[in-house]
Amino acid sequence: MKIGVPQEVWPGECRVAASPANVKRLGKMGFSVLVESGAGAAASFDDETYRQAGAEVLDGAAALWEQSDIVIKVRAPMKNPETGVDEADLLREGGTLISFIWPGQEEELVKKLATRKATVLAMDCVPRISRAQKLDALSSMANIAGYRAVLEAAHHFGSFFTGQMTAAGKVPPAKVLVVGAGVAGLAAIGAAKGLGAIVRAFDTRPAVEEQVQSMGAEFLTVKIEEDGTGSGGYAKQMSQAFIDAEHALFEELAQDIDIIITTALIPGRPAPLLITEQAVKNMKPGSVIVDLAAERGGNTAGAVADQVVESHGVKIIGYTDLPSRMAKVSSNLYGNNICHLLDDMGGAENYKVDEADEVVRGTLVLNGGEMKWPAPVKKLAEETKQPEAVPGNLVAAAASIEKKDRGPLVLLLIGLALIAVGWSGDTGFLHQVTVFVLSCFIGYQVIWNVSASLHTPLMSVTNAISGIIIVGGMLQLGGPLDSPATILGVIAVFFATINIAGGFLVTQRMLKMFQG
Amino acid sequence: MIPYGAIISSYLVAAVLFILSLGGLSTQKTARRGNLYGIIGMALAVAATTMLILGKVQFPEGLGENFSGVLLNDSSTSSVFAMVIGLGALIGAILAARVGMTSMPELVAILHSFVGLAAVLVGISTYMGSGISVPVGGELVHNIEIYLDVFIGAITFTGSILAFLKLRGSVSGKPLTLPGRHLLNLLMVGACIYLAFEFVTADGHTAVQPLLWMTLIACVIGFHMVAAIGGADMPVVVSMLNSYSGWAAAAAGFMLKNDLLIVTGALVGSSGAILSYIMCRAMNRSFISVILGGFGTDGGGGGGSTSSQDQGEVTSCDVEETVEAMRDATDIIIIPGYGMAVAQAQHSLSQVVDFLKEKGKTVRFGIHPVAGRLPGHMNVLLAEANVDYNLVLEMDEINDDFPATDLVLVIGANDIVNPDALEDPNSPIAGMPVLEVWKSEMVVVMKRSMGTGYAGVQNPLFFKDNTRMLFGDAKVVVDQLLTGLRSS
Repeated sequence: MKIGVPQEVWPGECRVAASPANVKRLGKMGFSVLVESGAGAAASFDDETYRQAGAEVLDGAAALWEQSDIVIKVRAPMKNPETGVDEADLLREGGTLISFIWPGQEEELVKKLATRKATVLAMDCVPRISRAQKLDALSSMANIAGYRAVLEAAHHFGSFFTGQMTAAGKVPPAKVLVVGAGVAGLAAIGAAKGLGAIVRAFDTRPAVEEQVQSMGAEFLTVKIEEDGTGSGGYAKQMSQAFIDAEHALFEELAQDIDIIITTALIPGRPAPLLITEQAVKNMKPGSVIVDLAAERGGNTAGAVADQVVESHGVKIIGYTDLPSRMAKVSSNLYGNNICHLLDDMGGAENYKVDEADEVVRGTLVLNGGEMKWPAPVKKLAEETKQPEAVPGNLVAAAASIEKKDRGPLVLLLIGLALIAVGWSGDTGFLHQVTVFVLSCFIGYQVIWNVSASLHTPLMSVTNAISGIIIVGGMLQLGGPLDSPATILGVIAVFFATINIAGGFLVTQRMLKMFQG
Repeated sequence: MIPYGAIISSYLVAAVLFILSLGGLSTQKTARRGNLYGIIGMALAVAATTMLILGKVQFPEGLGENFSGVLLNDSSTSSVFAMVIGLGALIGAILAARVGMTSMPELVAILHSFVGLAAVLVGISTYMGSGISVPVGGELVHNIEIYLDVFIGAITFTGSILAFLKLRGSVSGKPLTLPGRHLLNLLMVGACIYLAFEFVTADGHTAVQPLLWMTLIACVIGFHMVAAIGGADMPVVVSMLNSYSGWAAAAAGFMLKNDLLIVTGALVGSSGAILSYIMCRAMNRSFISVILGGFGTDGGGGGGSTSSQDQGEVTSCDVEETVEAMRDATDIIIIPGYGMAVAQAQHSLSQVVDFLKEKGKTVRFGIHPVAGRLPGHMNVLLAEANVDYNLVLEMDEINDDFPATDLVLVIGANDIVNPDALEDPNSPIAGMPVLEVWKSEMVVVMKRSMGTGYAGVQNPLFFKDNTRMLFGDAKVVVDQLLTGLRSS
């Protein structure tokens, strides 16, 4: 099977759907790969490197689309602004396309592809289940966007991120607020933290608190009881009271924050407005806001897609091509996502569009021209549980069930039994019970102090000293040698001796090793 | 002649030495001294008892008759006694010198059975002989003591033998679940109680028959009890039998009016009980449910059905890729399991660790309390292979470090790294604390095949994105890793 990698036609798009490393991997899976000449140039992959990785390099998009069974792309097919040719028309009849599609917004495109009997898999529709994480291109791109957002902010920010004490004077550390702790938000927290800033992060979903803290940031949320966890691990829209409280919080925080990075998106809706005009005004001049939601209207008042604007002395960055700005790594990771998808679909030999496979079914938009989007969502609900949050609760619940404290009752019963024995008046027996009970307590105290790594030596040494039963055997030797009692005693002595010698010597052997 | 008081104080000193012996095991540094204390204590106790039975003891007024029965009357008994001691010590020494560290669980189990057997023999012998004089009116208590001693001893005896066979692999580790097995056990215990009634109410020392019948039944109980317990619960079984052997010795002490036996038995008994408790807690199972047995039969099919399907596919990798990953990682944690012990991979592994440490990497071991078939088994194996014990950490010490770890190597372990224990409340191992290896950057699992662990539960770890499976015998694979690391 032939996989085609055309050059992206979106103006300024630097990514390519497969890096040379991905090409090599696809080759291993049994595919032969065609690459359009110059496709990887903007991502620093030249044609020669592709050839070395085993790809055939073709001139011209038309030839490539024509020869490929499967075309893999980054951006959805569009009209080439230079040549005026629409990529959707280039796809051969009955061909397969894997790419970002956004079928919800690109109805025209999907219709057009349907007329060509195309099979289309949308990388933006990968179901959010743990098994599909390795092919979740949205996450891999969001990760890059979050990282890059911090670098863009640093570029426009007139000071250090890390606090410095120099001979010339003291510079305070930058204070960064990350709004929305999804994949991009967490990547931004990590990058900002790595540069030395003080980082706070806000999210409506309480479950992400632990993740935020694990990245070293302080977690903020609004003190209104409302869980913002929607389906698929995304956030949902919140009530008006909640939104007002959010705005108030950000307006207050803004006075103290140097850099805000917003990443808040709700699936299928315009981005929520979080940073109001007032909040922007409250920020110190020279502060920077990076709005990762600018393409969908922005989280910030005044954000403009693809531009840097200045409002009340604050720079608002609305770039929508952050992954493309790191084309080398983003191409490679995107290519990896596609490799994983093709691998899941059976590689070259067993390649199959299996609608029974939950991941393939979710990703599928068209199958041989037949509309398949949106996929039924029956199973998604089960998978949306936050894997980080649940286990803790479960363990706690399990523990509370286990721990019914019966201690006092047992002690009382034992005490009563002892008193009853005492009543019977056998003082010799009582003396023995005293010795026994005290020994149990001593044993209890001593054994808890034994290091877990020495539990095996502990067992062998207790084995050896339980050979003390030899004393019992020895006390049975008084009768004639051929009496049953004496014979049994002799055998008991024999086995107890094996125990003593074996137990102590093997312990000695083990402990010698621990010293080494 | 030695005054009788000296014998009593020798026993006291021996008891104190035994306590110090166990106390010494709290750290590696003092452990060897602890063992030495144990040896001295035992030597002292045996020597004092020898003096006693040889008649070299001067008893205070009126006490002598109590001990007249224990003196060696037959002159040839003493030479037989010396011979038996010599032979036993020789066999013990050979066993101890020959046993491989991987077969420690077997040795421990068989030694337990010896204690059980000795307790049975001493009990029956006490009843039939006349060594111990019983105060008038104390016969009832004395008979109950004998009965208990034999009962516990017999259970320990056969239970340990079966545990030994299971650990050796001579008998399948699969639990034997007879229909109505709980009822069967109840019936047998009931029969023992009935026989006890017969036994204690008999006049004089004539009820040998009920005693022997009970011994037989108790043997069956011990056997049946261990037969019903699956291989995964072996650490609990071995600790439990350890505990029983202690209680048997304590019961013998009551029977023989010997404080040293009581003290020692109680120490060993509580030690085994605590170990059983620790093991049970490490598997989040109650002691009762372990004893009732039957675990590991209906795993994957029944309970864990929600997760046993739809797992996706595993990603396997080869030695080369693993070597690559080890070279790139700076912080590595190794999780050994029973598979490492079976393959005897610890020596090669130790060399891998040395090599990695030379390269300046942080390498540590994470040990789950029930890894292997004996409490602390992995520690012993790693110590045998000269791994610095400071690198070997317990689960609680290392579990928080996984998110900051680049690479985790899981060698022959399965259930102890199963995320279902935390994530799937329907899993048979739900709630068991596990090593959270999946939180690290990358996990390489070395395993012979995709088979399930002893719990019979599928492991979703193998299907995670950051997990790579490296199939093969642990020893062979680790050797290849070592060659790979050195050649690069």
